[in-house]
Amino acid sequence: MVVIIDYGVGNLFSLASSFAAIGVEAKVSGDKHEIEKATHIILPGVGAFGDAAEKLFSSGMADVVKAQAKKGVPVLGICLGMQLLFEKSYEFGVYDGLGLISGEIRPIADVIPKDLKIPHIGWNALHFGEKKNEIFKYLTEGDHVYFVHSYYGADCQDVIATADYGAPLTAAVAKSNVYGCQFHPEKSGPVGLNILRTFCEIGGQV
Amino acid sequence: MITKRIIPCLDVKNGRVVKGVNFQGLADVSSPVELGKYYSDNGADELVFYDITASFEGRKLFSDILKEVASTIFIPLTVGGGINGVEDFDRVLKCGADKVSVNSGAIRNPSIIYEAAKRYGSQCVVLSVDAKRVNGTYHVFAKGGREDTGMDAIEWIKRGVADGAGEIVLNSIDTDGVKTGFDLEMLKAVCDVVSVPVIASGGAGCKEDFTTLFKTLPKVDAGLAASIFHFGEVDINDLKKTLLAQGIPMRI
Repeated sequence: MVVIIDYGVGNLFSLASSFAAIGVEAKVSGDKHEIEKATHIILPGVGAFGDAAEKLFSSGMADVVKAQAKKGVPVLGICLGMQLLFEKSYEFGVYDGLGLISGEIRPIADVIPKDLKIPHIGWNALHFGEKKNEIFKYLTEGDHVYFVHSYYGADCQDVIATADYGAPLTAAVAKSNVYGCQFHPEKSGPVGLNILRTFCEIGGQV
Repeated sequence: MITKRIIPCLDVKNGRVVKGVNFQGLADVSSPVELGKYYSDNGADELVFYDITASFEGRKLFSDILKEVASTIFIPLTVGGGINGVEDFDRVLKCGADKVSVNSGAIRNPSIIYEAAKRYGSQCVVLSVDAKRVNGTYHVFAKGGREDTGMDAIEWIKRGVADGAGEIVLNSIDTDGVKTGFDLEMLKAVCDVVSVPVIASGGAGCKEDFTTLFKTLPKVDAGLAASIFHFGEVDINDLKKTLLAQGIPMRI
């Protein structure tokens, strides 16, 4: 079963509903044993990195996610959940992440032109680069997804998609069975639901 | 590049979608869930639901409907109407809203903007303003456009953004329901003073009104309308294709 990790950050109603919409049973849980039994792990999150990381580490759920990821269980981080997969963040301080994806979380203000609005909010097009990752197999270059963020994944070797906002910003990452998307698939219409569906197909039966 | 957004707005009263002309003479149109799903499947970039029910029972009904909408529609949802405190933000966010729009509630208690932005982030707080020309300036109107507050709309919007509003919906009462185009003059006055996204509302009567809006005011991020979409006068997918063909970035 897919488990959406509930660690007290953000509202998981839409995310849980989106799995129901694609016909996949998903459970919202903050129980470490449930997460250990999951066939697929979803790490959601909104808000600030430091607060979320503190909750994830102090509850012991960070260790469970890392251990399951090492065993090959597919993990998908969404928005702040993607950022938590990185090594480090510079949002209001310096905080450690899970270190499952290479790179650091830095302000988009560092790389975009001054006249662009922050946060980067709205529908933007995905660019896959030379090789399209399997998680995008139902997608087409230039498909639009919904973003809301002020920080981005920098110095990352695992980028599988970017979005252009005055600079190419990390839109999605992957390193073997660990995936992350900066955008919200649960708010990105059919394109987003297709990404969730593909993620659930990875590693066989849900 | 971020696309411009086309947003249908649904006024909900006692569980049904209604739309008045100049805020009066409400007509029952359809079910919020059905209309929402229809729009989501047919190109809407976002949906706005305004709860115009005043009663406690109506509010409860609205919450139930919102949950149903949010569990079937996977695009951003903005909810407004009856937002008078941070607890109202909490109530609608738990039902699946992504952004919350404040209007009269912020006029009565301006600190709601700052408090909500602090708790949920600016991206979650939309300041919706009904404005009308009075003696050569723009005044903020309250209570669905019926009451002149005497406040200067430009100053009010500047203050709202400084307090943490992440987006502005500007509804011109002068053009609302008249279908002769958006209020470009009023919109420009707002775009000139804020750096957050501005959503134009009030006056759209045909596709060309949206072209004129985005061509004339590149700083406007979205166009919002109700009856022209509800009554099928303008098809959203068709509108977006027309806009894209004219070089305006759109999600097709």
